[in-house]
Amino acid sequence: MLDIAVLYNKYKFLGQEFLTWLWYSLENEPKSLLDAEGVPVLMAVGNRIVLEVIREESTVESVTIKGDNADLSEGIVAIRKGALVTEISLEYKKGDLGWTFTLKGENFNITALKTPETPPVESKDETEGAVIDKLFLASEVVNLVGTLFRNFVRLRISETWSKKTVPAMKRWLTA
Amino acid sequence: MGLLSATQTITRYRVEGSFSENPTEQVRKGLKKQIITDIDNEAQDMAVGWTSFEAPFTPDFDDASFQIGTHYAFGLRIDKKSIPTKVVKQQVAIASAKRLAESDREFLSKNEKSEIKEHVINVLTIRIPPVPNVFDVVWQYEEQEVWLFSTQKAANEEFETLFNKSFSGLKLIRLFPYTQADLTLSLSDSDRDRLSNLSPEDFTE
Repeated sequence: MLDIAVLYNKYKFLGQEFLTWLWYSLENEPKSLLDAEGVPVLMAVGNRIVLEVIREESTVESVTIKGDNADLSEGIVAIRKGALVTEISLEYKKGDLGWTFTLKGENFNITALKTPETPPVESKDETEGAVIDKLFLASEVVNLVGTLFRNFVRLRISETWSKKTVPAMKRWLTA
Repeated sequence: MGLLSATQTITRYRVEGSFSENPTEQVRKGLKKQIITDIDNEAQDMAVGWTSFEAPFTPDFDDASFQIGTHYAFGLRIDKKSIPTKVVKQQVAIASAKRLAESDREFLSKNEKSEIKEHVINVLTIRIPPVPNVFDVVWQYEEQEVWLFSTQKAANEEFETLFNKSFSGLKLIRLFPYTQADLTLSLSDSDRDRLSNLSPEDFTE
């Protein structure tokens, strides 16, 4: 394997393309996003998307769209001009439970993760249970992102990507 | 934001390799080796070390509290003393005036000035208490994964350095998109080749 820092920079686009594809899929074919059991994922774009394009060597142009029910068309225009989604906030539901979180494309850092509520820890004896509960709930999001990313990578390295996915994404961008 | 906070922040790492025997004892040994040391009343301006998850200001790894199920939960603690620049300036001015009065001179040499400044910083560093920052860590040993509950660059760098110092023989690899695809998706050799040959897609008109 190449040096980690080299890999990080060389394939930075991979995570950003994943987020861009994820946004496209959520808008156009949400039922195609499947979890590890093959069940369609109940997910929606949250209240923030950040897009970036590198114009010249070090000039980065950035577009941030935020707010509930914000008009996302500016983001689509940005992608048409070469930008990719670099950060996206997401809402995820499973049964009666809900999660919100923000995912960053270049490093897959998860921030602002809100899991379903767990009871407050009132004594030392309850810590172990609380840790296990929180880990379990956070793992739901980590595993889900892992599954969606695995599906994306398999698609990205297949012929379907250039033959079907990219043309469909371009149609969405120009619709 | 920590593991038990209302909102969490997670950076994921893959651990390559494993301990040949008794991982809990090996983890304990590594944590004890780099346990945070107290720098109160010391001239040291920073300390980085492991601490207990439940008691970050009284770390102790002799009990079993860092083991939770099949996981290990502990903390990365970074203690830092920051002396306000204005305080340094004030104390240097006072010490310089005193030196001039004692030596009955009008000016101090460049060397004397820097010597005074160094002395002032040293004295202030001993006097002020460090500001502690604690970041939760959960090592899911069987899954070969460690989560650091922070995305701060400095915390991530200190964590990587400290982990490598504490657990020699294991390799910590940050999971970003490429490493996640390469290390966790069980790709075949040909898929791995396709992955490494990818170049950015062009979505422009």
